[in-house]
This record gives sequence, C-alpha cells and structure tokens, in this order.
Amino acid sequence: MMSDIYQEFILEVYQHPMNSGKLDKPEFHAKSHNPLCGDKIELFIKTNGGKITEIKHSGNGCAISQVSASLLTEALKGKTLEEARGMHKEDVLKLLQIDLSRNPSRMKCALLPLEVLQKALKPGKQA
Amino acid sequence: MDPIDTESIREDFPIFRRRLAGKRVAYLDNAATSLKPKQVIAAMDEYNTEYTANVHRGVYRFSEEATEAYENARKRIGGFVAAGNGRTLIFTKNATEALNLVARSWGDQLRKGDRIVTTIMEHHSNFVTWQQLAKEKKARLDVVELGEDHELDLTQLEKKLAGAKLLSITHVSNVLGTINPIKEICSMAAEHGVVTVVDGAQSAPHMQIDLGKLGCDFFVFTGHKMLGPTGIGGLLGREELLDRMKPYQYGGDMIREVHLKDSSWNDLPYKFEAGTPNISGAIGLGAAVDYLERIGMGAVREHEKELTRYAIRRLNEVRGVEVYGPELPKRSGVIPFNLRGIHPHDVAALLDDSAISIRSGHHCAMPLHEALKLDATNRASFYIYNDREDVDRLCAALDNAKKVFRVK
Repeated sequence: MMSDIYQEFILEVYQHPMNSGKLDKPEFHAKSHNPLCGDKIELFIKTNGGKITEIKHSGNGCAISQVSASLLTEALKGKTLEEARGMHKEDVLKLLQIDLSRNPSRMKCALLPLEVLQKALKPGKQA
Repeated sequence: MDPIDTESIREDFPIFRRRLAGKRVAYLDNAATSLKPKQVIAAMDEYNTEYTANVHRGVYRFSEEATEAYENARKRIGGFVAAGNGRTLIFTKNATEALNLVARSWGDQLRKGDRIVTTIMEHHSNFVTWQQLAKEKKARLDVVELGEDHELDLTQLEKKLAGAKLLSITHVSNVLGTINPIKEICSMAAEHGVVTVVDGAQSAPHMQIDLGKLGCDFFVFTGHKMLGPTGIGGLLGREELLDRMKPYQYGGDMIREVHLKDSSWNDLPYKFEAGTPNISGAIGLGAAVDYLERIGMGAVREHEKELTRYAIRRLNEVRGVEVYGPELPKRSGVIPFNLRGIHPHDVAALLDDSAISIRSGHHCAMPLHEALKLDATNRASFYIYNDREDVDRLCAALDNAKKVFRVK
C-alpha cells in the first residue's frame, strides 16, 4: 500500500521541516527539479574549518522529497565536505526508514535532495 | 440524461477485468492516454495474424490487403475530422512528431526577424518546438497570455497576429481544459495572412471536429488518446502548403526517383511518410474512430459535459479542494485541482491505493504553471467509460488522503 510510506515519522518531519530556508552568500549552492512531479529543491551550504556548519534547503515538492531534504541536511551538519560527497543512495534511504524499492517514481523524489547535494559539492563548483 | 451507457461500454475494454485491491480501476488520466477497446486490439491482431505485409510495395495478396487496410484507415480517420477535399492526412507517430514536421519543414522558410505566435497554455510539444526553431532562425516567438477565467486573452492574440508568419495554438488545454474558440481565432489569423497550426491532441478524442469549419491550415492529433494504439497520430494539412514544403525525413516510400546527384519526391501524403509506417497502428486507429463514430462524438461530448459538471460540484464539496479552469461549456472533461496541505504527487500516490488513476505534476506545461503561480496540480480527465461512481470514488479517496495527512 502506498499509504504505508506515509508513516507517523515522515508526516511529523513533513509538517515540521528542519533546516528549511535560504542562506545569504552560501559557499556551496545548487538547485534541481524533478520534471515528473514538479518537485524543486535548492541547497545552501557554509563551512568552517572544512566542516559543514550551516545548511538550508528551500523549494517545494511532495512529502517524500521534502522530508528527505530535512533529514539529509540534518545529517550533513558537522560533516566534512569529503564525507558529504561520499553520501550514497543507501544513506538517504536509511534516514527515511521507508521501503521505496517497489516505487521507482517515488525513489526519484527521495533522492532529489542528494542529487542537488552532489551538484552543489562538485569540485570547482564553490560559489 | 447521460447519452452513453458506460457500463456496456466498459465491457468492450478488457482492462476493466483487472482488479486492483479488489476493485476495477477508476481510470481518470485520459488526457495522458486512453484505454483500448477490444475492437481496436482485434483489428491490429488481424493484421498481425492474417495479412502481415509491408504496404505500397508487394504485388502479392497480403501486401495488397495490408495496403488496402492502411489506406482505408487513412480515409476513415480523415473523414472523422471532416478533412474534406484539399487536405491530406499524413500519418506520424504522434501529435509531437506532426508538430515537429511542420516546424522543420514549413519552418524552413523562416528568416531573421520573422514572428511566430503561440500561447502560454501549450503543451511543451507545441512550445519548445517553436522556441527552438525561432532560436535557430533568429526569429521571434510571441506568447499570448491568459486573460480572465483561465481563457486566452484574445485581444492580445489579435494584436500579436499582425505581421506574424504562423500561429500554433492548442484547441483544448491539457491542463485547464479550456476550449479555445479556434474557428474565430483561425479566421482572425487568416485576415492577417497568418498560417495556423492547431494542436488537436485534447480535442479530437472528445468532440466533433470539422476541419472545413475550423478553417485551420494544419491540424495535429494523436491516436493513443482516442482509443487507438500508441505510436500513431497524424497531421492534416492543406495540400497547397504541403506541396510547397520539403520532406521532413528521407527514406523508402517517399521517393519518386533517385539518381546519383539528386532525387525527387513522391506525391502527398507519401512525401512525408518515409520508411515503413506504423501499419498495425493505423489500422488500429481506423477501428478506434469507427468505435467513436458508432457512439457519436456529440454523445461523447454531452457525456463528458455532464460528468464534468457533476465532478466540479462534488469536488467543490470536498473541503480544501480548489478546482481551476473556465466555466462549462467552455471547458472539456479535464479537471485540474489542488488539495490544501497535500502535494499533488502525494495525493496521486494515495489515490492509487484505491485503484484511482490521476495525474499529478505540471503535465508538460511548465510555462502555464508558472503563469498560474502553481508548482503542480492534480488532474482528473474523463472519457466514455467514466461515470459518477468514478467521481464519487475520487472524492472519497481525497477525504481519505486528508485523514492520512491529518489535514482538516
């Protein structure tokens, strides 16, 4: 059942997002868009001593993409850029705690924030 | 009174035998594609099992039969939109390819500074095609905006027509369901000497089309939205224009003579049908228009009007629902809406649990969503097999989605 993915935990984060907003003069910044459903995610990152100290996400989209953005940004705080670049699909799915293996279209929503992160942290991409 | 007996219609569609979560599907994504009746499937099966052969090539029995069936389908499909004399039906793979054909072939004559007019409510296929052509030719693309009530601003349209070369416009919006007054628009364009292209992808399946009355120069449509198979559609164009246009693709069947230095082209419509065409697709689409004509396009339209009226009333009773688009009768059976507090993608996903298929997103119309300041919408769209029960199920499932999301 599709409704299984909308667990208490997911709805809680969806209705109370973490790290939403924008940052002035971010060191790293990127945005992307899922043409299927119109989800939009923008990421803003600042570092200090090689570690992520401030991170925000803005945009809008379905619960899965928004919750993924909240959880991913929360998990990235304090991580080095290298660690952040090493984040994988499995890491995001573990944060979400839901099984999307039978919903490839929702998988794209879940992974959109990660895609934006990778785009933002591409070597030479520093703002 | 609904002029269509949806229950007996559904018996012609084998897909309704399938059960999802124990229920028959309430298929409400007809603006994306339609379901297929057994008559269409049988016509294609017959070609593939009884007289498989290429067309316009062999002198043996199967090839003669295949050519006859293919050309006969062309006649019936042309008749379905009352193409009349002076217009030729060219088979394409879909409406998108037909639009690209016009853009690439007719558009070849465009020069720097020429103007093309289109509208903000176009599907990407009727927008990007012209945007990119204009870029290449250093021509200009003028976009007509919405006026009131989610209809086009016709005053602005008329102003933009002055001095333009071509207008490409949708008959019916795939997002808002708006039915544009195409006859008036084409006569305005004709007064300004502007060539007209009408995108009939959302109109040909749902209403009587009479090209003689509409008066457009080109009309494109796709088969899979009108009970036909995927991979077949068409361009209906004025022969005087098509004759002067260069081929869109080169290959077999479109040739008159080939020599080492040059070649000459076959007559219409073959000049524009390079390579082996979608023979079974054309035959299937022929069966689809036969099916629609048996019901009668007037009855199809009446049925959808009735159902749309009912659906808008019922949807407005669901707290938090906002329905977009113009008033009836200026709209088709396409209903875009949003449910407060739940993103369309989540709504559509939850509805799937109740075996209800709707579309969510921007429906290949990003410029329109930007103009409406909407990120995404839900869209329910009807056809001949939908009934009030489908609408009731939709509304009940929306209430249920609100419960899941704890939205009041």
